[in-house]
Amino acid sequence: MNRTFRRKAANIVFVSLCVLATLIALAALGLILWSLFRQGLGAMNLDIFTMDTPAPDSEGGLRNAIYGSILMCAVGMIIALVVGILAGTWLAEIGGDTPYGHAVRFLNDVLLSAPSILIGLFVYELLVKPFHGFSGWAGAISLSILATPIVTRTTEDILNLQPNALREAGMALGSSQFTMIRKIIWKAAGAGLLTGGLLGFARISGETAPLLFTALNNQFFEGNLAHPMSSLPVVMFNMALSPYSDWNRLAWAAALLVAVAVLIVNIVGRWLAREKQQH
Amino acid sequence: MTSDPSASEPPALKAAAPLRPRLDVTDPIFRWVSFGAATLLLVVLAGIIGSLVVGGWPALSKFGIGFFIDSSWNPVTERYGAAGPIIGTVISSALALVFALPVAIGIAVYLTQFCPRALAQPLSTAVELLAGIPSIVYGMWGLFVFAPFFANHVQLPLMMAAKPGSLLDKLTAGVPNGANVFTASIILAIMILPYMAAVFRELFRSIPPQVREAAFGLGATPFEVVTSVIIPYVQKGMIGVIMLGLGRALGETMAVTFIIGNSHRFPKSLFDSSATLASTIANEFAEATTDMHTSALVALGLVLFLITFAVLAAARALLSSQRY
Repeated sequence: MNRTFRRKAANIVFVSLCVLATLIALAALGLILWSLFRQGLGAMNLDIFTMDTPAPDSEGGLRNAIYGSILMCAVGMIIALVVGILAGTWLAEIGGDTPYGHAVRFLNDVLLSAPSILIGLFVYELLVKPFHGFSGWAGAISLSILATPIVTRTTEDILNLQPNALREAGMALGSSQFTMIRKIIWKAAGAGLLTGGLLGFARISGETAPLLFTALNNQFFEGNLAHPMSSLPVVMFNMALSPYSDWNRLAWAAALLVAVAVLIVNIVGRWLAREKQQH
Repeated sequence: MTSDPSASEPPALKAAAPLRPRLDVTDPIFRWVSFGAATLLLVVLAGIIGSLVVGGWPALSKFGIGFFIDSSWNPVTERYGAAGPIIGTVISSALALVFALPVAIGIAVYLTQFCPRALAQPLSTAVELLAGIPSIVYGMWGLFVFAPFFANHVQLPLMMAAKPGSLLDKLTAGVPNGANVFTASIILAIMILPYMAAVFRELFRSIPPQVREAAFGLGATPFEVVTSVIIPYVQKGMIGVIMLGLGRALGETMAVTFIIGNSHRFPKSLFDSSATLASTIANEFAEATTDMHTSALVALGLVLFLITFAVLAAARALLSSQRY
């Protein structure tokens, strides 16, 4: 009787600790979102979207940083989608079982979780130092290096989920392997590929470290990728660590913009993935 | 009805093409292009290693083995040693792991074993959203919200309460501004928590339900099922997850840069400021003026790469041996 009681008590303590752990995570999420919205909404106004980053103690917004972020993320994402989908397809359909395929898969996983600041260092040595200048291209390429492993990984996973009967049916109609992959496999996996792209996009749109010394920053509006370009995360970094309170407020506004964009993309991506699973 | 047999033949059959009309070149091209894309990934990884070695070589060859054990970091006298940031990285990541591990296991156990079915999906999504918040937002939150709170409500009272010379006094010595190893570790722990919880959940889900049911059938309580059946079943994989979390914590840059205080000395207490490999690079690289300073920072990157590569490779090996 005593022993049963002890076992039941231990169980109750254990279950409550597990609930507590979940509550800790939810509390962290809630606290961060709460200060983000409170500070960010307070700093939000129309100037954010129509004016460029100001000097301390003057009026300004984040137009150049928003534009730079969108442009560099878009270019980075296009590169990542092309390379990642091709590489993932190669792993899933052609060479994934060879020793070379195993090596690619393993090293892709390493690249996937490599510290992002190292990618910034690499692109600095590759593109910034030889050409003597920070540029939006260098920023976009570092972002693409971050997103490509994610796209590769999800592409391979999604293609592996497609039933073999689809492939056999395509080949039995006499199509070439490329036609079969293009018209049947990629089509069937469409929503999954989109999810992979969205997750990659969500990951890179908040990345700061690889942009710090590739795209650098630019106080003015810059539409040319060949010049240094500002981006929301780098502006946040500079402004949050500055002593000026109006810069700090702008940093909060930028944080809110980035976080909301990332969360929306994340939720849409997950929703798409789930829709697909149910059909 | 005509009597001409050729006229009755459907025209479509006449036009039917042979199965392979022409030599198909798209297939080989596609194979080579996609092979090229896969190889590009390896080239990039090799390029990262190569550029770190080449860029860091001047500093490594000048300071030799002393680079790893010297704790002075002085751009004015051009003397660089990585010991301070290496120690800072190891301590902050290890502490973050200690904070995050029990919570991550708790979340995964709750979500897979006890959670009502209707709640499981929204809760997992919420935890995953925590993983989606960008690193720099954690950094700002840490700097503007968490660090001041911690300094006023935890650090100061503890320092007041500590008797001079006692262990608590030694542990809590430092400038009470909230920017220290301890707060950095807590922020790091919040950041790696969702990743670890997600992989733990996958691991627990991979256990065949019969194993659980058999244990329940013997009359075990849920607590006993988790501790004596489920956790031993996925032991190896769990070590893999721990390494994965450690790998993330080691390389985390922006959040740590905001709140670790950025000093290159060895931290003297839990509440002393420090620096990590990644935070030092992020802080100083764009402003490095001399070639030796730049090279020393790239050499820090190389050290960081080697540490994370070893940890992540071990994690992958352990995790893939778990999948059957």
